[in-house]
Amino acid sequence: MIEVLACGPLVTVQDGGRPGHLASGLARGGAADRRALDEAAALLGVPGAALETPGAPLELRFEADTLVALTGAPMRAEAGGRTLAWHAAQVVPAGATLTLRPTGRGVYSYVAPLGGIGGPAVLGSRAAHAIAGIGAPLAPGDRLDAGGRTGSERRLAAPEDRFAGGALRCVETPQTALFGPDARARFEATAFARGPRGNRQGVRLEADDARFATEGQLALLSDFVLPGDVQATGDGVPYVLGPECQTTGGYPRIAHVIAADLPRALQAPPGAPLRFRFVSLAEARAARPGAPAVEPLVRDPRDIPDLGRYQLIDGVTDGRG
Amino acid sequence: MDEAFPRIEPLGEGALLVRFADRLDDRANRAAGAFRAALEADRPAGAAETAPSLGSVLVRMEDGADAEGLEDALRARLAARDWAAVPPPPRRAWRIPCAFGGADGPQLDEVAAMAKLSPPEAVAALTATPVRVLALGFAPGMPYLGILPERWDLPRQAGLTPEVPEGALVLAVRQMVLFGTRAPTGWRQVGRTAFGCFRPGRDPAVALAAGDEVAFEAVSPQELADRAGADAGETGGATWEAIG
Repeated sequence: MIEVLACGPLVTVQDGGRPGHLASGLARGGAADRRALDEAAALLGVPGAALETPGAPLELRFEADTLVALTGAPMRAEAGGRTLAWHAAQVVPAGATLTLRPTGRGVYSYVAPLGGIGGPAVLGSRAAHAIAGIGAPLAPGDRLDAGGRTGSERRLAAPEDRFAGGALRCVETPQTALFGPDARARFEATAFARGPRGNRQGVRLEADDARFATEGQLALLSDFVLPGDVQATGDGVPYVLGPECQTTGGYPRIAHVIAADLPRALQAPPGAPLRFRFVSLAEARAARPGAPAVEPLVRDPRDIPDLGRYQLIDGVTDGRG
Repeated sequence: MDEAFPRIEPLGEGALLVRFADRLDDRANRAAGAFRAALEADRPAGAAETAPSLGSVLVRMEDGADAEGLEDALRARLAARDWAAVPPPPRRAWRIPCAFGGADGPQLDEVAAMAKLSPPEAVAALTATPVRVLALGFAPGMPYLGILPERWDLPRQAGLTPEVPEGALVLAVRQMVLFGTRAPTGWRQVGRTAFGCFRPGRDPAVALAAGDEVAFEAVSPQELADRAGADAGETGGATWEAIG
């Protein structure tokens, strides 16, 4: 059992979501940073439902020794007097409290106990889905059916820095041409910043005076919309759509961010720069990354990021640091 | 449908979109429904999921699927028959109580004026004939309903209404949509029902299916609340009968 001692807003249980229900209008949903879920699965050896926090602080008390993977947007993590490495799986001892604090890098962080987080599945998934009314954000006092399994401590061999925006590869959509002959080049040339508004449905892109609109776009036939689509609303401001986006919509999409780069788009914190580059379908389909490489976690004082916090001189550390 | 359709295009790198029209068209909508039903009955290799919308069918591919092979298979299926001429399958005719205007339909007056009608005339027109569930989409179980007559060809608002309540009936571009959740929208709210488009704990969770017919019945907010409260089926006082 894991008890939630404290948590900020919009912390949810997430997994790979519910594929297969687009005909009913239900988006797949699931983790905003699908790559972080894959990384947790590689670190733990098995996939499972995890906690997703959009930078909200968390305090979790573990009733039993538990191997926990920490992936996605780096947070400051401590448990039982030990600073935990990010992008790694480590054992949180029985009775210890895992404390997570945001660092301002990235948006979505994942806490994945070995064995996942149990509880009632809806349509085969534990993932909370706000717009569908499935599940609810965590609240202090919640007790999670999780924990109690341990294993080898590991870390990612080459953690990918996708937490500060950057270049996003995209492909054309059936509406790209409707934006006019110059729009594609102008879209690629625009230096966007991730706006302050954003959630699991999508994030707003800002650029000084860049607007992207189509002829007659307020009367376009509604059609399928996918996570990764870059949708221009009526006022011409583009949004990158996320895992809980609508399944169909009538606003035109100027581009579609490929699956391999969507985590970078959704992990861009407010103000982070974002640029787009159109690639061929062949390049997009070949871009799917392989399984994340992991290696044993060897704790060395030089790896401990905040060594000054440890009382190394007077000998009162508990030796587990 | 003009000669540029049906057309197969990529939707992202992981899906194909079969479009039967680029504007609202009754034949295209029926063709999309029939084509999707046929794909579900015999799913082509590499297709992980299919779904119909107003005028198209989405085919999501399995990871690593042969996209060109799947596209060829879809093209052959498309050419096999006139998909708009396939008779509709058995379906339901729904009757859904709805409170129009006032707090339940704050934009009814605006919509009526755009359609050059008085608000009572607008309500009478919108409840006079059943509409068809053209597709489920946007949010879980949410129906696109139509096709309404020409006078309802009203553009979406340029800006979004920050939030309409669950059950809101909104209108634009010759269609109505019944909201299953609170949500922002660019469509205008004319009424409100207590119909639950999607209730995760109800069986079935999704009430409507594409192809169903829906007639709205204008009731007072009090009657709506009374009928919804007395509905053991958790569909806001709605009733249905099988047709076809």
